[in-house]
Amino acid sequence: MATAELHAHDAHAHAHDEHEHHELGFIQKYVFSEDHKTIAKQYLITGIIWAFFGGGLSILFRLQLGFPDMNLEWLRPLLGGWIDESGKLDKEFYLALVTMHGTIMVFFVLTAGLSGTFSNYLIPLQIGARDMASGFINMLSFWFFALASVIMFSSLFIETGPASGGWVIYPPLSALPQAMPGSGLGMTLWLTSMAFFIVSQLMGGINYICTIINLRTRGMSFTKLPLTIWSFFFTAILGLLSFPVLLSAALLLIFDRSFGTSFYLSEIYIQGEALPNMGGSPILYQHLFWFLGHPEVYIVLLPALGITSEIIATNARKPIFGYRAMIGSMMGITLLAFIVWAHHMFITGMNPFLGSVFMFLTLIIAVPSAVKAFNYITTLWKGNIIFTPAMLFSIGLVSLFISGGLTGIILGNSALDINLHDTYFVVAHFHLVMGAASFFGLMAGVYHWFPKMFGKTMNRTMGYIHFWCTFVGVYCVFFPMHYIGIAGFPRRYYSFTALANDAQNSFTDLNMFISIAAILTFSSQLLFALNFFYSIFKGKRATQNPWNSNTLEWTAPIELGHGNWEGEIPAVYRWPYDYSKPGSASDFIPQNVPFSATPESNLPEENEEIAKEKEIEGLLETQNGVYNH
Amino acid sequence: MSALHAAPAVPEKLTWSGGSEPLKASYGKLMMWFFLLSDTFTFSALLVTYGMIRFSQPAWQGAHDKFYFATTHWPIPEKVFEAVPFLHGMELPLVFVGIMTFILIFSSVTMVLAVEAGHRGDRADVEKWMLWTILGGFTFLGSQAWEWTHFIHGPQELALAAKDLATNLPIEGANLVRNPYGPPAFADLFFFITGFHGTHVFSGVILNILIFFNTATGLYEKRGHYEMVEKVGLYWHFVDLVWVFVFTFFYLV
Repeated sequence: MATAELHAHDAHAHAHDEHEHHELGFIQKYVFSEDHKTIAKQYLITGIIWAFFGGGLSILFRLQLGFPDMNLEWLRPLLGGWIDESGKLDKEFYLALVTMHGTIMVFFVLTAGLSGTFSNYLIPLQIGARDMASGFINMLSFWFFALASVIMFSSLFIETGPASGGWVIYPPLSALPQAMPGSGLGMTLWLTSMAFFIVSQLMGGINYICTIINLRTRGMSFTKLPLTIWSFFFTAILGLLSFPVLLSAALLLIFDRSFGTSFYLSEIYIQGEALPNMGGSPILYQHLFWFLGHPEVYIVLLPALGITSEIIATNARKPIFGYRAMIGSMMGITLLAFIVWAHHMFITGMNPFLGSVFMFLTLIIAVPSAVKAFNYITTLWKGNIIFTPAMLFSIGLVSLFISGGLTGIILGNSALDINLHDTYFVVAHFHLVMGAASFFGLMAGVYHWFPKMFGKTMNRTMGYIHFWCTFVGVYCVFFPMHYIGIAGFPRRYYSFTALANDAQNSFTDLNMFISIAAILTFSSQLLFALNFFYSIFKGKRATQNPWNSNTLEWTAPIELGHGNWEGEIPAVYRWPYDYSKPGSASDFIPQNVPFSATPESNLPEENEEIAKEKEIEGLLETQNGVYNH
Repeated sequence: MSALHAAPAVPEKLTWSGGSEPLKASYGKLMMWFFLLSDTFTFSALLVTYGMIRFSQPAWQGAHDKFYFATTHWPIPEKVFEAVPFLHGMELPLVFVGIMTFILIFSSVTMVLAVEAGHRGDRADVEKWMLWTILGGFTFLGSQAWEWTHFIHGPQELALAAKDLATNLPIEGANLVRNPYGPPAFADLFFFITGFHGTHVFSGVILNILIFFNTATGLYEKRGHYEMVEKVGLYWHFVDLVWVFVFTFFYLV
């Protein structure tokens, strides 16, 4: 026995040596790093920069919508020719702004910035692994994303402007370069950038899935995984199966644009001239796009829900309510995500019977979503709540998820959708339920894991101010939008002069109100940026486990080296939600505390687990075997 | 140390309890499997596209032997693909593509043999079978190039029959913009999907060459296992399997 242990330790020390026997140079350490923690920070900081760009674009078009007669001459130094002679925003550029805002926010901020940051950061740390399965592919994943970012960013500066056909880039508008200025070079760059982005997502996703399956520490069975990990797991599966379809759709579109094919183009006239194309179907593109597009909203949302589960349980000092129901509901959402895509296409002339099938499937999503909402509320119920900024953002997410989700039930009806399709009602709905909710998840995650990431703490007071400004601001922006949508205002319109009647006039004030709220909300994000970057360098030193949390990452040292834990990786004996357990002196029992050490708080069935603990320890040698190759 | 098989057996009830490889596959092999799952969706999207466009166009209604090429109906594949190199003027429907398919599937067999040789640690055999696989891959690509060329130039009798309405010049064969065999979508889809598959085969051949090179330099022998051969083997079989579907869609349906 002693020799076996010695041998195991040797093998382990050897494996560790290989990781750390030389100090890495600057480039390997910070630029082309293969360490999951550095890659996560790269994703986070890139995501934050993108968020400011994407948000900034929305402020520009909100100026136009809220103050259509405003003289924007003062923006000429920044926007140059995009301000026309009369001092107003160029009409084509308005469309580009809407398109790029959507693209940046959905893909670059809430997919790469959210999932890229927290999947990379938390998977190895919470499952007890030294790094991702393949550090190299992980590094490539970030740099493909960076390449996609550079290409997308550069498209903002070309003369014909970036892609302008909406973030969904429906053909024929996007397929014909002569259709609008943005369908020229801008669209080519958009497609190129997205192709690289998809490659990046695939490499990241494959890594997340394989790491979770193969590299869990001994004792960490799937039913002991924190809900964050479950959410990243489902997110990765969603991305793995839906992004390739977007790749196919994009490649076909590239051929239609550049090589004269007619996959999406049927007989069409443009500027009085007949084009030779025939036989294609623009609806086909919509099907392919939304086969990604719908799962994409869950790719954006699920990580935020996972993060929220973790933070709410920790800060309510209560076990998460319905752990298995939470996993089941995420699994349900993942499955349903693939079979509801056509609810984005109710008015494309599809068979009403097919529409009713998709409507039925869509409305079923309300069930797992409600399970999640109720479980959050019941977790909070009678909890010993600690209102950290992260907790506030998590509770905010629950609020936004419910108020945005309710309008989803309305929009999911194929009959109601005829009236509401492409109005501001839709904009309000998805901004609340997926945009703002996911953004709140991202913020909650940053506030919660900042001490782990940087070894410093963020300023709490600024966190509170940031939360309240954002929370109130988001509702002020998106709640009134429902009314504007019900009144019939279509999205993506530059101005509503054609609707110049009483309805138009009576909503001018509301539009102005929304724009002012948007500007204030956006400005308050500067507070976050200040807090974030200031705290990285000058923040107060963090303690090892500042939130008294149970998950494994808080057992790792404050200054995380490559390989995460010095010495053995801790084994796991219990689920991650043993908060305020009756009988226990402490109000939290971390996952690596064996049941044999807590006889005072064990439930009868947990006492039976003690026998298993020896076996779990016995897996040590196996684990070293895994890590050595 | 043969790291792959060094890990002691985990008791069955603890398979999923962490600290082990529950699917009994290294992360590298898992990653290949998940990549293939993902790529399945890429090809599925393309084949769904094929199906949707194909069935939105009219099919040939008349008798089989009365069939003629026109943009008004979808062509019968046997009539389009009936040429074989060196057998000029003979009607041999689907013979050449059948040979291509056979070559590709046969290269999967040699790949299996390479993997098997890897399990035995027989370096010379791995080299031998990898070479045969590479040869099979190149032969398939060469055949595809020939078939594309033939499709692009078209048979001479076609050139006499069809004239471009705009220029009044004889049409030679198909390209991405026009297609004398039938609706343009037929050629578009043919070039795109077989081309996309061919690109996969080509990357597979490159990977096979790399594997052959690493085997020949003794890298895997030094490493103690030939798992890389297995991983690339998975990819190669996948590419073959996809071809079976592409073949069914374009040549049989």
